[in-house]
Amino acid sequence: MNSGSIEQSKEQISRHVAGSTPSRRRRFLEFLLGGGIFASIASVVYPVWRYLIPPPVTDLGGDEVVASKVGDLKPKGSKIFRFGNRPALLLMTAEGEYLALSAVCTHLSCTVQYRNDLQQIWCACHNGLYDLAGRNISGPPPRPLESYQVHVRGDEIVVTRKREG
Amino acid sequence: MCAATKSSLPGSGRDNLSALTRARNWLDERFHWATLIGPLKEKSVPIHRLSYWYFLGGITLFLFLIQVGTGILLLLYYRPGANEAFESVQYIVTRVQFGWLVRSVHSWAANLMVLSAFIHMFSVVFLRSYRKPRELTWISGMLLLFLVMGFGFSGYLLPWNTLAFFATKVGTEITGQLPVIGHSLMVFLRGGEDVTTATLTRFFGFHVAVLPLLTTFLVLVHLALVQYFGISIPPGLESRWKAAPDQKREMKFFPNFFLRELMAWYITLAILGALAAILPWELGTKADPFAPAPAGIRPEWYFMFMFQTLKKIPAKVWFMDGEVIGILLFGLAGALWLLLPFFDQAARGRGRRFIMGAGIFALSYIIAMTTYGYLAK
Amino acid sequence: MAIWQSKAIAKTGFILAAALFLAGSARSETQNTCLDCHGALDPPLQVTPEQFASDIHSQKGLTCADCHGGDPTKADPDAMSKAAGFRGKIERSQVPQLCGRCHSDAAYMRKYNPTLRTDQLSQYQTSVHGKLFAKGDRKVAVCIDCHGVHDLRPPSDTRSKVHPLNIAQTCARCHADTSYMKKYSVPTDQFAQYSNSVHHDALAIRGDLSAPTCTTCHGNHGATPPGVDSVHNVCSKCHAFQDQMFQRSTHKVAFQSAGLPGCVVCHGNHGITHATDAKLGTGPQAACMTCHKPGDICDQQRGEILSSLTDLDHAIKNADKLLSMAESSGMEVSQARLDEDQARDALTKARVTIHSFKKELIDQDIQAGLKIAAKNLQAGQAALAERDYRRKGLGVALMFILLTVGGLFLYVRQLERDTHVQNAK
Repeated sequence: MNSGSIEQSKEQISRHVAGSTPSRRRRFLEFLLGGGIFASIASVVYPVWRYLIPPPVTDLGGDEVVASKVGDLKPKGSKIFRFGNRPALLLMTAEGEYLALSAVCTHLSCTVQYRNDLQQIWCACHNGLYDLAGRNISGPPPRPLESYQVHVRGDEIVVTRKREG
Repeated sequence: MCAATKSSLPGSGRDNLSALTRARNWLDERFHWATLIGPLKEKSVPIHRLSYWYFLGGITLFLFLIQVGTGILLLLYYRPGANEAFESVQYIVTRVQFGWLVRSVHSWAANLMVLSAFIHMFSVVFLRSYRKPRELTWISGMLLLFLVMGFGFSGYLLPWNTLAFFATKVGTEITGQLPVIGHSLMVFLRGGEDVTTATLTRFFGFHVAVLPLLTTFLVLVHLALVQYFGISIPPGLESRWKAAPDQKREMKFFPNFFLRELMAWYITLAILGALAAILPWELGTKADPFAPAPAGIRPEWYFMFMFQTLKKIPAKVWFMDGEVIGILLFGLAGALWLLLPFFDQAARGRGRRFIMGAGIFALSYIIAMTTYGYLAK
Repeated sequence: MAIWQSKAIAKTGFILAAALFLAGSARSETQNTCLDCHGALDPPLQVTPEQFASDIHSQKGLTCADCHGGDPTKADPDAMSKAAGFRGKIERSQVPQLCGRCHSDAAYMRKYNPTLRTDQLSQYQTSVHGKLFAKGDRKVAVCIDCHGVHDLRPPSDTRSKVHPLNIAQTCARCHADTSYMKKYSVPTDQFAQYSNSVHHDALAIRGDLSAPTCTTCHGNHGATPPGVDSVHNVCSKCHAFQDQMFQRSTHKVAFQSAGLPGCVVCHGNHGITHATDAKLGTGPQAACMTCHKPGDICDQQRGEILSSLTDLDHAIKNADKLLSMAESSGMEVSQARLDEDQARDALTKARVTIHSFKKELIDQDIQAGLKIAAKNLQAGQAALAERDYRRKGLGVALMFILLTVGGLFLYVRQLERDTHVQNAK
């Protein structure tokens, strides 16, 4: 307790001794400094605060993407959606089963399309054909299309990469 | 910086004391606060022509704190694993508010921290602060430098882009060349024979748990030792000041040097912010393990001098593999450098000159080989 | 085990091994003594064992005698006697029949490769080579000219003369030889032209084995240039979309009645280069203007089509430039890059739709492409605006930081002046 009050007295004396003009200057400097420190801290805290709030889209979908909603596709219908950084194809077979495959043709990377007249996947660029499992069955494509797993979660159709066995 | 008090005569009641003084009193009643911080108030820093170099340790610490902060923020959104890592970094940089800033700051501060740690180390060599009694401070510092480079190596892989993947492949391959333990060490680092998603998980564990734990411990030891021994005075000045004590110039650490250190930290922050906003760190392309290595893979700049040396050593030296000799030589150099203080006293005076010479050689060699590595091809 | 028992086992084992060895060698190496001498002779009689070992016939267990007759087990000149059935050098006029003796016999070939076709000889007889051969021409290609002889490899072997990568060179051996082809009325620039074509690039440079070579369009054993009306069938095997459009267009009927060979009219046959918009122009590469007159309605339509294609091309390039600028400043534009692919797809589709020669259809594709390109341009502008916003934000933050640094500096100076004053007092 004693040391505290002596401290305080020292402060007051030094303030008196220092005189009025330096004290005003000192106070201005304190204001400037305090303001600067506050502002610079704010310019750190503000971005951090915004960063911590989760964005509305929770996923960029490298591994799992909601491709569509139930009811959007009819039998023999299809849709192109983004999976990771490449296009992918979601289709519904005549029997109502969902299938999802990479939509990047293995020949020269054109985007393939589902032909519901042939019930096969066709590439317009050089007439390549794949079956619904992605196997390359005709034309130039040298390799099959990568196929993905489809799950129906509630009213969402979720496409995920196949897990290694 | 205390809150203004009413001017009144000393010896008045509690309502006259500032909040800060009241807090101090509270702590003192329980922990003898005044005695605890007493030595800190006495701490002084020698002032001379080369005093500016004293800021470097603090700057390195500041950058480390920034890394911890931004690292924790990145941890909230990053996902380790070959299928998700690149996409999660892409997500941070595109969707998360100010994610681009946090990520760029983290990448730039990493590089600045390695640079600042190296400069700090070399300034200690040339100011000869490693001398008795500060040998352990030097050793803890060198170990910290190795840990910082480990941070750099493990962190570089985490975005899982093409450059990082192949740089890690080459780096761990070189480790595998060590005789006897090389292969086991490589398998340990890679989590298997090749660089796969297992490597990513492992590096992630090293980067966010193992290395931070070791570093925190060593930083505390390093700081405690610095506090204990005080700031070293360059030897020439030391003898001069001992002869004429009135010539000694010192500055109190609190608040004078501390405020200057704070300025240095702010300037570092300014440089960091400018780099992050004007030269943002790029994302690259997602790593494809089956694609051939792109031309011109390089490690990060702080490994370049070693990489370039290994490239230039002939394939076979005598009967041994050139690369193995290179790695062993660097290992030996590192070990000797770690034990530097113990050579200082050797051969009365010659040891000191030898270390100075070795320091100049090491610095020039690193700069030359790094430049060469970037200019070549 | 007693010593005598182990000795007996050893003896039996040895006899068994010897028997197997002899039997084995008798099976795997059908005696072919011809090579003992002919391997040491000079060409044209030279056939080395190494050479013949690489031949598929040898690998299947056939010997010299299966084509040349004679006795492969004898090691003396008796092996080449008439009595042994020796035929000597096979004349060119005999080659197709000789090869066909086995290769047209389905029952025989089934023993070696059930999926191998057995109609090569009959196909050959329908080809230009075969027809001229039947008339007595011995300069035309026979089996061994393309397939080789004595070191004949299956087409799937990259060293085979008829592997897709090597076919063009094999055909060119004769067809690019002006002096050899002098008496025939066919041009000899096909190989030179083909070597400049996109198809050659795809095959030889990119290694795309699905790309066409001579036999893809002409056939191999039944090699004949496709008839004027069949050209589009050949091209449409890969370029189906373009053919679909063309078949429904005005030009199909026009070309047919003029006896023009479909796709070849605008694109050439051997030297097919990458088709550019210049084909729709009026310069040296102009395709339309080789028939149409300047000023007529078709010329007008052509001009309009060309300008809308150019518009879309420019729109895509502008958006791309902006996005690249944003990307090099560190902005992340992966979604827009994906959409750029879509815009380019629309342009490609528009160029394919040219073959319908219907401006409305082409315009549809162009409009779709322009919409996407406009969206991408907006994305690029937004990215650049965001970059500027970030730099402004940085400027503000830097100002605060420098303010603080200045404040600290002045404060420290003030503090030390005060302390100095205090110490002095």
